[in-house]
Amino acid sequence: MLITPNEVMKIAHLARMSVDHDDVERYAKDLSGILGLVEQMNQVDVRGIEPMAHPLDMCQRLRADVVTEVNQRDTLQAHAPAVERGLFLVPKVIE
Amino acid sequence: MQWETVIGLEIHAQLATKSKIFSGTSTAFGAEPNTQANVVDLGLPGALPVLNAEAVRLAVKFGLALDAKINRRSIFARKNYFYPDLPKGYQISQMDLPIVAQGEVHVVMDDGTQKTVGLTRAHLEEDAGKSLHEDFHGLTGIDLNRAGTPLLEIVSEPDMRSAKEAVAYAKTIHSLVRYLGMCDGNMQEGSFRVDANVSVRPKGQVEFGTRAEVKNVNSFRFLERAINFEVERQIDVLESGRKVVQETRLYDPDRDETRSMRSKEEAHDYRYFPDPDLLPVVLDEAFIESVRMGLPELPQAKKQRFIEQFGLSAYDANFLTSERELADFFESTLKAGGCEAKLCANWVMGDFSAALNKAGLDLAHSPVNAEMLGGLMKRIADNTLSGKLAKDVFEAMWAGEGDADAIIEKKGLKQITDEGAIAAIVDEALAQFPEQVAEFRSGKDKVFGFLVGQVMKAAKGKANPAQLNAVLKQRLES
Repeated sequence: MLITPNEVMKIAHLARMSVDHDDVERYAKDLSGILGLVEQMNQVDVRGIEPMAHPLDMCQRLRADVVTEVNQRDTLQAHAPAVERGLFLVPKVIE
Repeated sequence: MQWETVIGLEIHAQLATKSKIFSGTSTAFGAEPNTQANVVDLGLPGALPVLNAEAVRLAVKFGLALDAKINRRSIFARKNYFYPDLPKGYQISQMDLPIVAQGEVHVVMDDGTQKTVGLTRAHLEEDAGKSLHEDFHGLTGIDLNRAGTPLLEIVSEPDMRSAKEAVAYAKTIHSLVRYLGMCDGNMQEGSFRVDANVSVRPKGQVEFGTRAEVKNVNSFRFLERAINFEVERQIDVLESGRKVVQETRLYDPDRDETRSMRSKEEAHDYRYFPDPDLLPVVLDEAFIESVRMGLPELPQAKKQRFIEQFGLSAYDANFLTSERELADFFESTLKAGGCEAKLCANWVMGDFSAALNKAGLDLAHSPVNAEMLGGLMKRIADNTLSGKLAKDVFEAMWAGEGDADAIIEKKGLKQITDEGAIAAIVDEALAQFPEQVAEFRSGKDKVFGFLVGQVMKAAKGKANPAQLNAVLKQRLES
């Protein structure tokens, strides 16, 4: 297998996803299948080909540096679970 | 064992745009929390980033000023990590193809020696919000006004070998970004942030030692102290047989030490990948040329010109060109004063800078502007004022009593240059000290100093000293 159950757990943790312990084996197998396909594509000789950064063959349009937005704090904080003095409140992140 | 210090710096410069890098929200500092954060900045589902042209232009300007390589095609990538002040769960940054690639930074050390530091890259990215950890009954407060502010992250090669070199390099970049008008350089407010990657290795060893990243340094003085502390700490760790851990450490200026920042410790696995929300940025030659045409005179060139055009010493030119505002102030003063450059340089670097320092003011808030200081130079140059009187007039100007001519008029400080008037003062003074005059005439040269003092006193410092001296000599010897 190209990816071990331990690595599945690590990736799940990095992505903050809770994964059922019973599913880990199956995920490892499925993901290894995908990586196997990638491995197969890696065999193709791509020397001299510029790596693709985006499937659309276009380049980025730029925006003029103008302030177009107004304060919408009340609306945007309406869904927040906890707000105080204009701040979003979240569980403490440092000890 | 002999140890060698190895330092590389990562500098985050907030770009002086009006709006954010990917949204039309204002970047103004100091607004009420979360009043400058829209759907894009908050990372709400479906909100898409649109790149700010000015951020691109400023990044290119920086690259051109250093003669670094500008990538004609650059790509935005997602740097994935979780922290509450980063609402999307990733930071839009650049990885494989940054907008500015390799270059060199030429640094002049305090002792005049040159040091070349390699520029690894400079890339565009968005800033995160701010976390406030105090005073929210056990919770953390999040302000996302800063989220999405454009940053240029300027990464150096690990080419510096002492804290002093690191500070000199950081100051060079600081001066450059301010010259270019791309960043206000305010370290206290965090618009110019310096992180230092510090490691030590036995002298002569080729491989680098394990490094620690030192953050939270908000002045050049603290940068030097933080690096020196970290070097000592790592040497202690190694000499006691332990190993340096690769980690992020925060500098604490109150205790003058660095401390491990455990909470962010785990898993530096950012899983970069190209951001599908943004297309590759392609720059054409016409655009790059237009930015090049707009480059201002850069610090090194200005310094050279000050030496050649004004005949200033390297020291004076270096001092005056350290900040663009100061250089402009000097040139405006000189123009207004129409005097010798050296006289003007002495005043700008001497009494004027001292007064600014004493008052804790920066140039923009000086009560004496270039026009006023130039007016004072004019009156020194045309002999209206002696050096002593000029200082009095300067103090009065600083105190807000008007321009030099108004003060001279009001206080009657005009230097006396009329021969007849000076002769009258001398005669009157000498008449009071006939004994001393007689002593001098009988050959006692020593009393000359006394007589000069008396005559000066009688003139109340207003007479032109050279003329006064000449008249006195003439009277005594006749």
